[in-house]
Amino acid sequence: MSVDALLKAPAAEPSRSTATTRVVIYGLLLLFAAIYILPLAVMVMTSLKPLDEVTGGNMFALPHDLTFQPWVQAWGKACVGLTCEGIKGYFGNSLKMVIPAVLISTLMGSLNGYVLTKWQFRGHRLVFGLMLFACFIPFQSVLIPMATILGKFGAFGEYLTETVGWDFGFGAPTENLVIVHVVYGLGFTTLFFRNYYDAFPTELVKAGMMDGASFFQIYRRILLPNSTPIFIVTVIYQFTNIWNDFLFGATFAAGDAMPMTVALNNVVNTSTGVVEYNVNMAAAIIAALPTLFVYIVAGRYFVRGLMAGAVKG
Amino acid sequence: MAFLEISNLKKSFGAVDILKGIDLDLDKGGFLVLVGPSGCGKSTLLNTIAGLESITSGDISIDGQVVNDLHPSKRDIAMVFQSYALYPNMTVGQNIAFALEMRGVSKAEREAAVDKVAKTLQITHLLHRKPSQLSGGQRQRVAMGRALVRDPRIFLFDEPLSNLDAKLRVDMRIEIKRLHQTTGTTIVYVTHDQIEAMTLATKIAVLKDGEVQQVGTPAQIYNTPSNLFVADFMGSPAMNLIEGTIALENGAARVVLTRANAASISLSLPAMETAITDGQKVILGIRPEAITDPASADHNSKHIDIINAHVDVVEPAGADTFVVTHIAGKEVTARLRADIDVMSGQAIDFAFNMDKAVLFDPASTRRIA
Repeated sequence: MSVDALLKAPAAEPSRSTATTRVVIYGLLLLFAAIYILPLAVMVMTSLKPLDEVTGGNMFALPHDLTFQPWVQAWGKACVGLTCEGIKGYFGNSLKMVIPAVLISTLMGSLNGYVLTKWQFRGHRLVFGLMLFACFIPFQSVLIPMATILGKFGAFGEYLTETVGWDFGFGAPTENLVIVHVVYGLGFTTLFFRNYYDAFPTELVKAGMMDGASFFQIYRRILLPNSTPIFIVTVIYQFTNIWNDFLFGATFAAGDAMPMTVALNNVVNTSTGVVEYNVNMAAAIIAALPTLFVYIVAGRYFVRGLMAGAVKG
Repeated sequence: MAFLEISNLKKSFGAVDILKGIDLDLDKGGFLVLVGPSGCGKSTLLNTIAGLESITSGDISIDGQVVNDLHPSKRDIAMVFQSYALYPNMTVGQNIAFALEMRGVSKAEREAAVDKVAKTLQITHLLHRKPSQLSGGQRQRVAMGRALVRDPRIFLFDEPLSNLDAKLRVDMRIEIKRLHQTTGTTIVYVTHDQIEAMTLATKIAVLKDGEVQQVGTPAQIYNTPSNLFVADFMGSPAMNLIEGTIALENGAARVVLTRANAASISLSLPAMETAITDGQKVILGIRPEAITDPASADHNSKHIDIINAHVDVVEPAGADTFVVTHIAGKEVTARLRADIDVMSGQAIDFAFNMDKAVLFDPASTRRIA
C-alpha cells in the first residue's frame, strides 16, 4: 500500500458510515416526530368528523364527511355542568385572568430584577434566595393558607362594598386568581429578570445616573428598551403556566368564574347522554390555541432569550 | 483654594481599606492623571469623585463646595466610561442629548448643542446611527461628545483608551490632548498606561495600594521619582535599579557596584544635596536613555563614565536599539542609537550619564538624591 493510499484510506471510510448514521438519525427523528404529532393529528381529525363516524370508524382515518359542527358546538352549545352555553364564556374568563396576571407578574419581576442587580442593598442575596425558594414550593401546599388569605380579601371586599359601595375586586374569583398567579409567578419572573439584568452592563446604569436620570427613568429609558428577549421569554412562560393551570382554577374559582381548563374538564366529564368525542376534541384544541398562538408568534425569541446572558457580550 | 480638592479621603469595603487617606488637588483647567497598577484604587477614587461610590471619611470639594453627599447628577461632572457605556437603544444623537433631556432642556436647544458638539468631534454624519453600527474609535468620540455636551465643571475619564487598538489609541490620545488645550476643561483621567499619563497630564498622581506615592508634573515624576515603586512603574523600558555602595574619595562621591567575577565598577556621582556617608548601601537608579554608546553620550553632561560589559540581548526598536547587559547581578537596559552594530556575547563600552542618576535608600525605598 502506498503512502498516498494509507493517507486516503481513513478518509474514505467515515463517509460511508456517515451516510448510514445520517439515515439512522433522520429515521429516528422522523419516527419520534410522528409519535409526537399523532395525538394532535387524531384530535384535529376527530374534531372534524360527525359523531357517528367517530364512534363507528377508525380513529386514524381521515374525516369522510368534513364538518365544523363540533367546533361550533364546543364554542357555543356544549354543556359545562348544568349550563349548555359552550365554552366561550370560560375562554373569556381565562383571558381576563391570564392577561393581567402575566403583565403584572412580568413587570414586577422585571422591577425586582432591576433592584436586585443594579440597586443592590444589604441582604439582597437573601431576598433573592427567598424569592428563588418560591419557585420550589409545591402548589398543593399553599392551597389552604391561600384560601384563608383570599377569604380575608373577600371579607375586606364586603367591608368595602358596605362603606364605599365598591369592592375594588377584592374577593371576586377572577381577581383572586390574578393575585394567586402573580404571587406564585413572581419567583420565576424575578429569577429570569435578575439573571438577565445581572449580565446587563452596570456602566450603562452609572452613565444614566451621571446623566441625571432617576431610578424609574433609568429603568424605562435604558433597561426596558433592551429587555425585549427576556420579556418575551417571561411572557411565554407565564402565559403558558397560568393559562394551563388547573389546580388554582378548580380550587378558587367555581361556577361562572371558572377558567377554561376547569370548564374543559367539566365538558369532558359531563355524564348525561352520549360522549361527544368530536366536541370534546374541538374544545380541547380551542383550550390549547392561545398558548400555541403565543409560541408561534414569539417562539423564535424564546430560544434566543434563553441563550441571552449565557455568554457575556 | 484649588478647583478640585480631595483631603484625607478614605474608602473601605467592610474590613478592606481601598483608599487610605488620599490628599490631592487640581487647579481649574488642569489635567490630573491617576496612574497605578490594577487594584491600586485609582478607579475607586474616580468613582468617589463622580459620586458613584460613597466615601468612608474625608472630603471632596469642587470649586469650594463640598460634594461628599451630593448625588452624581447634582455634581455637574461628566464621565467617559471604559466601555463607553453608550445606550444601545438610542441613536448617537439621542445618546448625546440624553443628559440634556433629563435636565429638561428644550428640544431646540438640545439639537443645537448636539450639533455643536458633533462638529467639534467630527461625528455629524454619525448622529442617526446606533452605537452598534460604530467602530471603536467612533464610539469613543460619541462617549466624549456625551460628556462634552453638558459643559460640566469636571470631566472624568476611566481608562478610555484601553479598548482601542494600539494605533487608534495614539490618535485618540492626541485628540484628547487637543480637546483639553482648546476647551480648557478640568480633567481627571485614570489609566494604568504610564505613557498616557506622561503625555496627557499636567499633573500626575501615582497610586499604589490605596496610597498616593507621588504627585507632580510628568517631568518631576519621571526625573526625580520619590521612591523605588514610582521609579520602576513610570517609564518604558523601566528604570535600571542596581545595588551599590557609596565611596567618598577626596570629597568626591562615587558609587561602587560589585561584580561577581570581574573588577567592581566605580561610577562618579554629581554633587548631592543630601548628605551621604562612606560605605552607605544604596540603590542606583538610572534610566535606559542615560546609558548609551560613548559616541551618542550627552556632551553637556559633567559626569560620563565608560563601562565595558557583555551584551546579553539586543532589541532593535526602530528608532533606538535597546541592549540588555548584566551589571552587579542585575539586568541593565541601555538605549543605543538605532544603527549600532552589536551582537549578543560581544563586549562593548557603555557610557553612563551620571548627571541623570538618582539614589534610593534600600531600607526605606525612598529617594536619597
